[in-house]
Amino acid sequence: MNFSIYDFTSFTQWIDKFLYDNLPAFWAVTVEMVIIGLLVLLFYALVGLFLVYAERKVCAFMQNRIGPNRVGPYGFFQTIADLFKLLMKELVYIKNADKLLFNIAPFIVIIASFMAIAAIPFAKGLHAIDFDIGVLYVIAVSSLGVIGILLAGWSSNNKYSLIGAMRSGAQIVSYELSVGLSLVTIIILAGTMQFSAIVEGQANGWFIFKGHIPAFIAFIIFLIASTAETNRGPFDLAEAESELTAGFHTEYSGIKFAFFFLAEYMNMFIVASIAATVFLGGWMPFHVGGWEGFNHIMDFIPPFVWYIGKTFFVIWVMMWFKWTFPRLRIDQLLTLEWKYLLPINLVNILIMAFIVLMGWHF
Amino acid sequence: MKEIINLPVKNVEEEEYHINMGPQHPSTHGVLRLVVSLQGEIVKNLKPHCGYIHRGIEKMCEKDTYPQIIHLTDRMDYLSAHINNHAVCLLVENALEVEVPERVKYIRTIVDELNRIASHQLWWCSFGMDLGGLTCYFYGLRDREKILDIFEESFGSRLLHSYYIPGGLMMDIHPNFQQRVKDFIKYFRKKIKDYDKILSGNIIMHERTRGVGVLSKEDAISYGVTGPSGRASGFSCDVRKHHPYGVYEKADFKEILGTAGDTLTRYNMRMLEMRESMKIIEQLIDNIPAGDHAAKMKAVIKLPAGEYYQRVEAARGELGVYVVSDGNKSPYRMKFRSPNFSNLSALDHMSRGCKIADLVAIGGSLDYVIPDIDR
Repeated sequence: MNFSIYDFTSFTQWIDKFLYDNLPAFWAVTVEMVIIGLLVLLFYALVGLFLVYAERKVCAFMQNRIGPNRVGPYGFFQTIADLFKLLMKELVYIKNADKLLFNIAPFIVIIASFMAIAAIPFAKGLHAIDFDIGVLYVIAVSSLGVIGILLAGWSSNNKYSLIGAMRSGAQIVSYELSVGLSLVTIIILAGTMQFSAIVEGQANGWFIFKGHIPAFIAFIIFLIASTAETNRGPFDLAEAESELTAGFHTEYSGIKFAFFFLAEYMNMFIVASIAATVFLGGWMPFHVGGWEGFNHIMDFIPPFVWYIGKTFFVIWVMMWFKWTFPRLRIDQLLTLEWKYLLPINLVNILIMAFIVLMGWHF
Repeated sequence: MKEIINLPVKNVEEEEYHINMGPQHPSTHGVLRLVVSLQGEIVKNLKPHCGYIHRGIEKMCEKDTYPQIIHLTDRMDYLSAHINNHAVCLLVENALEVEVPERVKYIRTIVDELNRIASHQLWWCSFGMDLGGLTCYFYGLRDREKILDIFEESFGSRLLHSYYIPGGLMMDIHPNFQQRVKDFIKYFRKKIKDYDKILSGNIIMHERTRGVGVLSKEDAISYGVTGPSGRASGFSCDVRKHHPYGVYEKADFKEILGTAGDTLTRYNMRMLEMRESMKIIEQLIDNIPAGDHAAKMKAVIKLPAGEYYQRVEAARGELGVYVVSDGNKSPYRMKFRSPNFSNLSALDHMSRGCKIADLVAIGGSLDYVIPDIDR
């Protein structure tokens, strides 16, 4: 076996072969599932904790503050301390709440984001499942989370929660369209829905550069719509703490609240990594045609680093406008989607199809 | 069978439900309770319930001497504490016909305007926060801190100063005062542009506030909405212009008047007023005459029997102080006409038919301070 940080294919195939050689097929699959499940869990927890820390630091710097700086170097262990606090907190049970739905809601939200993470390619040969309909799968799964939010709002026996949940429902159902259609624009260019193939297709140039202006418009629309879909930034109407105190998770406490919190950050990570994969070339290094020396240096940086770098760039952009803009109102939010983003998106798809048909792309 | 058919059919679309905004709610800026009737997200009407922080200040005044009353007025509208003090001091001085030194008038005017800027800065922070722009909060507090530092150096406290006494000032200003105020004006002229960049020029903010919560001039007058909120509707009600006190007559400043009466206009009024206040301070700060910091007063202040009324322009509107004296050292009856109480009364009228998010924006633009409503 030859292991390299530039290509994980041989490494994963070696593990697969080793398991199948030594175990019956059923147990081999089971062991693989458990290993991958544990790895995804670990990754999920670590990234979630880091993102909470990152958000607190980024927003602190934008607000003339220092941010967490007491626990560990630069306050790095602050979120871990917070996690322990949340774990030890009492779970408050609400009178007259629908107990089953109330308890099940945070799990639905968190499972939806777990499932989405399975299809994302982190590096060459490093992804849990390589669906040939990967993009469709991620869109489908990530929109499941809204069911959890709706149930949380409905079962809390609180009017603020209900208003928050209803807002969230209207919002996600609307913005789902824009997320899907902006990805369709790139699928037309790529000619495939498989994430690994989409990344391979960007070996000689990222799609955002290859697809002329339509790809760039699609990227902007994707950023706006996906921010809305994750209930963040200027679109955080479901929580809207100045109007609805905390929206759909008003009544949740302790680890159940932490589930919502973690899922929100992981959804942001998933959305950012889809943006990085589909528009910014995933783990592909940045290449400029003709600059051999430059390209060689870029190749030297491992794909995983490229992927994380691009993802965190997108996350940083999302944090940037969250901490800059005021919140929209619900009718303005829907106007933005149905009157502006959707028509632009539809025309954009036509233009992209035309460009691909005529072969004008790079 | 007939009864069943004639049962009133409830239309779900028209059914209202109620939510309690407050007493603990982030956007009521204190312990105000609004019982809001909603139809979906649309506000049908709302009833403000006051009294959660009622301390009986007016009743307490009947037992206190006039210098003691000043300390209570700090606690009403704590964001314009100096201006509240000013109202009581002016009332006592006018009743006793005491001639206050010119120096005192200058200092009081400057400090009042500084207090007005600090109050509007805090309004700006919380208005931004009400709209969901959290970064505004820290920008505003950063600059307000500069004013509070000046206050702390000269008057010994940051929020509840009780700096004015009947006949003058508790003590003279700190030697650094003039220089620091000038530095602050220079600093804030630059920083107020940041305010415009982050909030005033933002399209989301414009969309959220334009045409929301319109209050006509007639309604403003009939509800008694004063201050920047009243002037946004075109109601010329600046006490500094109409019944000048201090040295406002000597300063050259405009009364800012709007026309539209919506939330955006109320926002712009306060942004312009901060600039106008800076103009007043700049004109006066170099011309503070030398002299005593307080007039000679009797040890026990007794107002002659009779009724007295004094009004000043507080940061949120017209503050009136009404005293009935029976010749004793404490008033027989004292009544404060607090600007926030009148402004709040118009909230129901303004917010009918708005969304919940608009209600929060309108409340933010009225800039109510709950301890002043309840007293």
